[in-house]
Amino acid sequence: MSDSTTIAGGELAEAKEAMVGEHAAHPAYQRHHFESVAQQFDATNFAMWIFLLTEVMFFGGLFTSYLVMRNWYYSAFVEGSHHLSIFWGTTNTAVLITSSFTMAMGVWCAQTRRKAALVLCLSLTFFLGLVFLCIKGIEWHGEWVDQHVPGLRFSQADFINPALDQDIYKEYHDRPLTGGMASKTEEYFFLYFAMTGMHALHMVVGIGILVFMLFRATKGAYTDGHFTFVENFGLYWHFVDIIWIFLFPLLYLVSRHA
Amino acid sequence: MSATIVSLPDQSTARIPKLNFLSKENGLLSWLLTSDHKRIATLYLISITFFFFIGGALAALVRMELLTPQSDLMAADTYNKVFSMHGLIMVFFFLVPSIPATLGNFLMPMMVGAKDLALPKINLLSWYLYVLGGCLMIYTMCAGGVDTGWTFTTPLSTHYLNTNVVPAVLAVFVAGFSSILTGLNFIVTIHKMRCPGMTWFRLPLFVWSNYAASILMVLGTPVLAITLVLVGLERVVHIGVFDPAYGGDPLLFQHLFWFYSHPAVYIMILPGFGVISEVISTFSRKRVFGYTAVAFSSVAIAVFGFFVWAHHMFVMGISNYAALVFSLLTMLVAVPSAIKIFNWSFTLYKGSITFETPMLYSLGFMGLFTIGGMTGVFLGSTGTDIHLTETYFVVAHFHFVMVGGMLMAFLSGIHFWWPKWTGRMYPEKLSQFAAVTTYIGFNLTFFPQFILGMLGMPRRYAAYPPEFQVLNVFSTAGATVLGVGYLLPILYLTWSLKYGEIAGSNPWQATGLEWQVQSPPLTENFPEIPIMDHEAYDYEWLERQQAKEVASVG
Amino acid sequence: MADSHISNVHSEGNHVVSPKLYLGIFIALLCLTALTTAASYVELYVFNVVVALAIAVIKASLVVLFFMHVKYSPKLTKLTVLSGLFIFLGLMTLTLADYISRAWGRW
Repeated sequence: MSDSTTIAGGELAEAKEAMVGEHAAHPAYQRHHFESVAQQFDATNFAMWIFLLTEVMFFGGLFTSYLVMRNWYYSAFVEGSHHLSIFWGTTNTAVLITSSFTMAMGVWCAQTRRKAALVLCLSLTFFLGLVFLCIKGIEWHGEWVDQHVPGLRFSQADFINPALDQDIYKEYHDRPLTGGMASKTEEYFFLYFAMTGMHALHMVVGIGILVFMLFRATKGAYTDGHFTFVENFGLYWHFVDIIWIFLFPLLYLVSRHA
Repeated sequence: MSATIVSLPDQSTARIPKLNFLSKENGLLSWLLTSDHKRIATLYLISITFFFFIGGALAALVRMELLTPQSDLMAADTYNKVFSMHGLIMVFFFLVPSIPATLGNFLMPMMVGAKDLALPKINLLSWYLYVLGGCLMIYTMCAGGVDTGWTFTTPLSTHYLNTNVVPAVLAVFVAGFSSILTGLNFIVTIHKMRCPGMTWFRLPLFVWSNYAASILMVLGTPVLAITLVLVGLERVVHIGVFDPAYGGDPLLFQHLFWFYSHPAVYIMILPGFGVISEVISTFSRKRVFGYTAVAFSSVAIAVFGFFVWAHHMFVMGISNYAALVFSLLTMLVAVPSAIKIFNWSFTLYKGSITFETPMLYSLGFMGLFTIGGMTGVFLGSTGTDIHLTETYFVVAHFHFVMVGGMLMAFLSGIHFWWPKWTGRMYPEKLSQFAAVTTYIGFNLTFFPQFILGMLGMPRRYAAYPPEFQVLNVFSTAGATVLGVGYLLPILYLTWSLKYGEIAGSNPWQATGLEWQVQSPPLTENFPEIPIMDHEAYDYEWLERQQAKEVASVG
Repeated sequence: MADSHISNVHSEGNHVVSPKLYLGIFIALLCLTALTTAASYVELYVFNVVVALAIAVIKASLVVLFFMHVKYSPKLTKLTVLSGLFIFLGLMTLTLADYISRAWGRW
């Protein structure tokens, strides 16, 4: 008894199928399962926010581990952090904040349909992202040379006898770490590499997507009213910046007073 | 059991609708590159069933070993690998994705009145990630398995074992992202793609339950992901935050692991709750009692469920004060679950109850989940937990809620929506027999394990004192019966694909938007987006619809 | 085609933030960075970490509200951000609750 309406429904659908090209007009970039462009924008924007929530919790596990280890091994963390370069760290922070600025400007350009300006902003963001990674590479190389890479190339000598590294010793006059505390600097560096490494991985993915976006932007893909991709990628990029905003003080600025 | 609400079209003239999501396109690529949520749900159904049987075979091996007190069927090491793989496969490759990825994917857009999920390609990606994770897990098994238990306890997993920990954590890591993407898709769809008139409180309770489960998936799973990364790193680099030898804390691992794994059990059970709401309502011909309470209790379980994780760690070395706080919170989280059981009971009260297969499974669920849930309260109380933890009491508890609860809900849902999915009915008498067999087999398998736990038999041991043998033999005998009960549906559901009766669009005379379209549905679900103008579970509305319908054409 | 759906019609993309505001926020962020670096050289005892985290929270809030447009976003977006923070803080707090209380003596 209830079948006849659905047979009709099936026939109606078949008839609709036959009328190719007669469905309601909508912009080419609107997917068929959405009822309107506004719904599509809302849904994809919200989806990106939910994804960022997952990233917050992903890094959350690292921050929790850091919290516990720092509480247990504070002096090791202090002395370990002295071996990070304040100069490079602050520079990198400035670089990343600038790239966030250029990214936000990029979204504005896409919204206001300024194609050339958009390409410029995305290029700057890309370039600054690369600069960040290069500086990170310089720092990591420095840690490799200094034998502060946990598990692979680590020596406690610098912490048992801080006078070994005269530049750092002159600034901070660290006391030698006694007992097992010197070995805990390896924990500090483990967290340092895990957190900055995970952050760098996210930067690499972001830079990859930026390349793709640059390509598409030069073709005008984002300046015809459909700037969702740029906006949503901007959210991701700002999020990566925010992670660094927290990593910087926690890893570099544990305690810099003598 | 003569009364039935099944209403099928005249079998001599009924046909499966020519155009439906299964017949729309043909060829392997149309399946592997589909963005149709119903096809993706079908792909998931096949994959999940495959992993269920691998997990089940491993369970059979466990039960066979436990027939005798000595570890004579396999070495203790091998036994450790068998139960670990059983747990890993069942939890991550069956239970977590089961209802959301199959029934959820299939039904969610129809239930909210949309043409597809918000992100169809992401949906397909989530299936590929699941398959990739599954392949990695199969590789782990073939390479010799992992023997840490499904919980990867450190520093055993990071320092003291030479088994395949890294492939195993990688497999779970990948499967976790599959879960995250499913949850993400559901949340966006439910918020942004409801049809006109579909307010939050007109949604079916299945949607509310999956929404709550999706919140857990999205917020909890990433913590597991990073924890597994840290375990992998620690194994490879030989320094990390979980091993006391390096200055780490094994409890830190457990805090982070259980932060996900406790919400995980709610991820597993909440969609089951959703199915039960739908089935109990349909087979009592009554709207769900206290809709608002059931809806809010789902969200309450999701929120409270985040804050009880350390009840898995009472004896592990957490402070007594922390144990106190977590025990209190655990008592609180039991309340919303109980509210649901009460509401379903009041739905049944004075309803017109019939006992088709989905209802049998759901009624079984109510009884078994109640027992499982109450024994959880014993475990959540620190005093009794000291005696019962790491014994078979825990094993019985979680099998009651997961197998007696979740798996029965899954089967209930599969049988309930089978006609919608395939257009065909399964054989009723045989399926009722299978349901009863499952129920009997289940009780025989797992009830003795409560007693074993109380008597002190530890879990995860291949050998045990001889005085526990009788109960173990009961348990294994029950497992055999249970196996028959699970094998039968595979056989008759497959049979029904070709020979089952034509179901028509609404064989159960259920409310809900999915029952107002053809079976199997069109690819785009609705010829036009519907407008929702009635409340959920409105059987009066359904009566008016049926009265208006044309009984025959021409 | 029914497109007046119950779900939030207010499209986020409608609001355009002016470049001047972006510039202002950018400069504020750079200043705060300089501030936090400078503050770490001053001996503030237990308040060092409080100050560092407070500055970081302010910087993050500026990015979230203005660069990520949350200030101009629908309520749902704001709720989403807050719920993520809530669960994140729950993880930290309850885990810490265990570590802090371990040394509290025999009961």
